[in-house]
Amino acid sequence: MTTRTLPHVSPDVTPVVSMDMITKTFPVVKALDEVRLDLYPGQVTALVGENGAGKSTTVKILTGIYIPDGGTIRIDGDPISFNRPNDAANAGITAIHQETVLFDELSVAENIYIGHAPRTRFGLIDKAEMHRAAVKLLGEIGAPFSSHTQLRDLGIANKHLVAIARALSVDARVVIMDEPTAALSHKEIEELYELVEALKSQGKAILFISHKFDEIFRIADRYTVFRDGAFVGDGKIADISEAELVTMMVGRSVDQIYPERAHDIGEEVLKVVGYDHPTEFADISFDLKRGEILGFYGLVGAGRSEFMQALFGITKPSKGVCRVNGDIKVIRSPADAVGNGIVYVPEDRGKQGAIIGLPIFQNITLPSLGKTSRKGFLKLAEEFKLAREYSQRLDLRAAALDQDVGNLSGGNQQKVVIAKWLATQPQVIILDEPTKGIDIGSKAAVHEFMAELAAQGLSVIMVSSEIPEVIGMSDRVIVMRDGRIAAELVGHDLTPETLVRHAAGITKSTKGAAA
Amino acid sequence: MTRLIPIREAILAGVILLLLILISSRFSGFVAPSNLANVFNDTAPLIILALGQMVVILTRCIDLSVAANLALTGMAVAMINVAMPGLPILVIIAIAILLGAIMGAINGVLVWKLAIPPIVVTLGTMTIFRGIIFLMSDGKWVNSHEMSPAFTGFPRTVLLGLPVLSWIAILCVIVFGVMMSRTQFGRSIFAVGGNPQAAVYTGINVGKTQFWAFVVSGALAGLTGYLWVARYAVAYVDIAGGFELEVVAACVIGGISIAGGIGSVGGAVLGALFLGVVKNALPVVNISPFWQLAISGSAILIAVAFNARAGRTKGRIILKSAETIQ
Repeated sequence: MTTRTLPHVSPDVTPVVSMDMITKTFPVVKALDEVRLDLYPGQVTALVGENGAGKSTTVKILTGIYIPDGGTIRIDGDPISFNRPNDAANAGITAIHQETVLFDELSVAENIYIGHAPRTRFGLIDKAEMHRAAVKLLGEIGAPFSSHTQLRDLGIANKHLVAIARALSVDARVVIMDEPTAALSHKEIEELYELVEALKSQGKAILFISHKFDEIFRIADRYTVFRDGAFVGDGKIADISEAELVTMMVGRSVDQIYPERAHDIGEEVLKVVGYDHPTEFADISFDLKRGEILGFYGLVGAGRSEFMQALFGITKPSKGVCRVNGDIKVIRSPADAVGNGIVYVPEDRGKQGAIIGLPIFQNITLPSLGKTSRKGFLKLAEEFKLAREYSQRLDLRAAALDQDVGNLSGGNQQKVVIAKWLATQPQVIILDEPTKGIDIGSKAAVHEFMAELAAQGLSVIMVSSEIPEVIGMSDRVIVMRDGRIAAELVGHDLTPETLVRHAAGITKSTKGAAA
Repeated sequence: MTRLIPIREAILAGVILLLLILISSRFSGFVAPSNLANVFNDTAPLIILALGQMVVILTRCIDLSVAANLALTGMAVAMINVAMPGLPILVIIAIAILLGAIMGAINGVLVWKLAIPPIVVTLGTMTIFRGIIFLMSDGKWVNSHEMSPAFTGFPRTVLLGLPVLSWIAILCVIVFGVMMSRTQFGRSIFAVGGNPQAAVYTGINVGKTQFWAFVVSGALAGLTGYLWVARYAVAYVDIAGGFELEVVAACVIGGISIAGGIGSVGGAVLGALFLGVVKNALPVVNISPFWQLAISGSAILIAVAFNARAGRTKGRIILKSAETIQ
């Protein structure tokens, strides 16, 4: 299937906002490649795509945070360029973000009007007018709290309402909702739907970004599908089935080759039974065998990283047992986990991975300092030897090992972090989004290397949100949804459609329809 | 870290050298070896304390209680000496280090277990320690005639041309140089300050490392407490009042990043020496002591501005330069 076979359906109305041939390139990746997106007054357009499809970049371009490299944005048919976030706000485009940016210590009214509060003729903030306007807005969206309430005292759902009120306070014509239901309960989601209907009836154009298919089919009027930064198709929701949408979302030409692997799987190394956490995950049980690559797939926020952090001893599960080579091990700290041969390469390299400021070799030897010490004193020669050995195994490209790790590219920093852990000679390595944000060449190298590790008898847990990677690399895949294991897939069951269905919670089978 | 700091240290050393040349043009006697040795000896307490403060600052904390710790330990050992004049000096020193370390451990526990911000913890303990000195001594002084000659004489004993006080500072510099570059503890200090979250993921206990940093700083403050009281042969509530700020200043001038993770033993020592030279030179060249404060303050600002600039160029460029679409 090529990308442009689906017809572009043009409704009769002029779009409020129209993005045409928009391209955005970052140093290593093309985030958006000539995409288009039209938003119509009084309609909800769902933007659908996997993680990495370019949805967030699109939102950032629409709100003026990124400036596109090419293409045209039209408002009511007139070309316009946003050079600052304010330009987008002035054009009536406003976004309610995944993590709402609000101020806990201020009142609801102050949060709504911060930055554009009504002024008295002396230039001071007109508090009376601000609260009057805030009360009116809160009334419109049916918010059950006063404009004087401190934001800190509100729950997540009500904070969301404040964010929506803030969005409306700038007289928005276009409202972007980026995963608005991610943190809401069932009842709160229903209330949000009502609010979206109200906004629609006021003639506002709504861009709705969600991974949840039931939501999309419930409230969207139109859809636009992106895949790998490219436009795939758009049209009316009424004209498409869930199965067709899933196929548009995941169907792809095989543009990446995954390493051939002898599936040489040995005895059980790790067994996790009944890991529970009060708020993040529940009832996680699985086993992992020597030389196996176990994929963990799920939507963002499904609890995969949270579970891995508990397994690695960063957070404490409320109950659960972990066996390594058959023996029960208590893991209370990362040091315990490393001591039991479990290591974790986190997703956020900047925050959790490499220590910028320490040279490469010191980053690599950091967890292995016991090995490179004699009588309590570090031996520089031993450190260099260990660092050289593992940086060569990973084909690390660096001018010198005493160079600052901060000067390396993302892919090479990732290699430093992996080298650091391999130097401890672990049994189980957890790779959290190992190829996120690195270029295609480095990605292939990481995949190659992962296969090599498994062939050498290391057990790999790979947390990934990229469907091709999950399918291409894993022997077995565990799909998590809302903090629980939704499915364990292996062999013929392991298809893009099944992964998406289990991750998004689509219950009915789409197999027949997808064909 | 590898290339940047030697450059920064070289610049600071150059500035100190320039300062000495300028001073010698007005008063050549200042650069005579014997006078330089005096200046060094006078700066020794600051050097010792700056080493401890450096360790604490590297772990993203700060220890404002060092001067109060010094004063409390100094008073305690002075009173012990008065009560037991026969106690050997090495025992006195051991008591001083232990007492200081305990006070450092109190700071460390509060930071580690109760997660109170270090500046608040040490501001509190600073006041408490001063209060305890008053309770212990009833506000009275311990004067030189009450102390034993061995007690007051030890730091001034000349060995190989330098007083013991200077030798202790040199010894501390060597020990810390080895500790920071050649031990796991030293490496953990840099890791914790450089990226605490990554340090956690590497199996380093951040809180525990910070605890030990405070213990080290406290132990050095205790040691300095004895040396100070013995050298000046007097102990009272307010000794070394405000000295903690001079210690922090030495670290900052020496290029130790207040945000943690960046710094070196050489930097801390040079920072202390810079302040020592300024303090000792200005009176001899007839510059008002008020200028000394202005110069120290300016040095801090210049050092911080310089370090901020040096840090900025290291950042990677993530976004392509914004091209406007027209």
